[in-house]
Amino acid sequence: MALIYPQESLKAHPSYLSPDYVGTRIRSPKRPLVIIPHTLSELTGPVYGHESVAETDADLTIQHEGEPLGERIIVHGHVMDEDGRPLPNTLIEIWQCNSAGRYIHVVDQHPAPLDPNFSGAGRCVTNGDGYYKFITVKPGPYPWRNHPNAWRPAHIHLSLFGPSFLSRLVTQMYFPGDPLFPFDPIFNSVTDERARERMISTFDLEATQPEWALAFRFNIVLRGREQTFFEDPHHG
Amino acid sequence: MAEHEITPSQTVGPFFAYALTPTAYDFAALVSNNLLTDDAVGQAIRVEGTIYDGQGLPVPDAMVEIWQADGQGRFAGNDTAPLPNGAFKGFGRSECDKLGQYGFATVKPGPVPGPDGRQQAPHINVGIFARGIVRRLFTRIYFEDEAANGSDPILSLVPEELRPTLIARRTGDRDGAPIYAFDIYLQGELETVFFEA
Repeated sequence: MALIYPQESLKAHPSYLSPDYVGTRIRSPKRPLVIIPHTLSELTGPVYGHESVAETDADLTIQHEGEPLGERIIVHGHVMDEDGRPLPNTLIEIWQCNSAGRYIHVVDQHPAPLDPNFSGAGRCVTNGDGYYKFITVKPGPYPWRNHPNAWRPAHIHLSLFGPSFLSRLVTQMYFPGDPLFPFDPIFNSVTDERARERMISTFDLEATQPEWALAFRFNIVLRGREQTFFEDPHHG
Repeated sequence: MAEHEITPSQTVGPFFAYALTPTAYDFAALVSNNLLTDDAVGQAIRVEGTIYDGQGLPVPDAMVEIWQADGQGRFAGNDTAPLPNGAFKGFGRSECDKLGQYGFATVKPGPVPGPDGRQQAPHINVGIFARGIVRRLFTRIYFEDEAANGSDPILSLVPEELRPTLIARRTGDRDGAPIYAFDIYLQGELETVFFEA
């Protein structure tokens, strides 16, 4: 599959300087980016297949002796390109805080309990249809020090490779109806409302497992679309 | 086929290490900062440096990813026939330490094909992720001892006075491998050139 990578799509991303998110003020370049053509170095990318990832890595509720506390959920969806074509064999890595809003990261000092049965890291590789599925617990909101009384809406971090260096994406998945959306400068660093909506999962009753777990669907669209070869106009 | 719009980027945040660079955690790393394999083709080198923010302070919570060709200019996974050095992936990840320092053990990449049939000088593609960076920053590492830099089609798009920000300096040796130093300045006077592609 030969892919082209339209520049137009990049408008969906946040600007490096998103001043309400204070951390960007000293970590964003001030000079204009230099626009370069897509060479082999950008059009190729790392391949991590099923051999690298353990089957159990996609279930964050079975990584310890007991089950983690919190609301057990299924997070699933399809990864595709800008034509909606499925992207199989794509590595997805996720990480999140626990149901109380605490990360196991040593630097996280939020005074909420750690859960000895929850680490919050997982990964999987999409199948032939570009489909993925994680089982986890719903992460809690948590405070941070961006501004007075700042709280992050509940979210799961995702990292995806896709077919090339250019399709690489790190993003966050949110949950529908979160009351913290209007107040979160990270969520709102994406300035287009429709683009923000693409970061919000949808409640998926059909995929819910009765008596066991609610399900949320999150489809992910990576850069790239199939190359269109135009016919020779003189012979068309 | 119906058009689908891309999922926007969000910051990697401060707490990714236990999933993406879990050297200090009980989780098997998929990717490390050592790209060297028994079959790697090319000269073993070290690439290392410090990341600085706009106030000139080291950034202790960033992740650097690199993507490169092997010593003969071949990218893993690009050819239909498997490469003879099939274990070499050309992809690595390094977290920054408390002093903002990252580092990789790898091989020096060979020249790779560029636009319009022109060769590109040996280089490494670099992605930088951190709290306060809302979308991967993309730059390239070139090597100061490569004459081909002078005719590189990508470097030539960069204003001449800024090109030195993309060139790693040969500073010494460690374990018999030359060290190339490449500091990254996110903002300010010495700001590294970043690309949009």
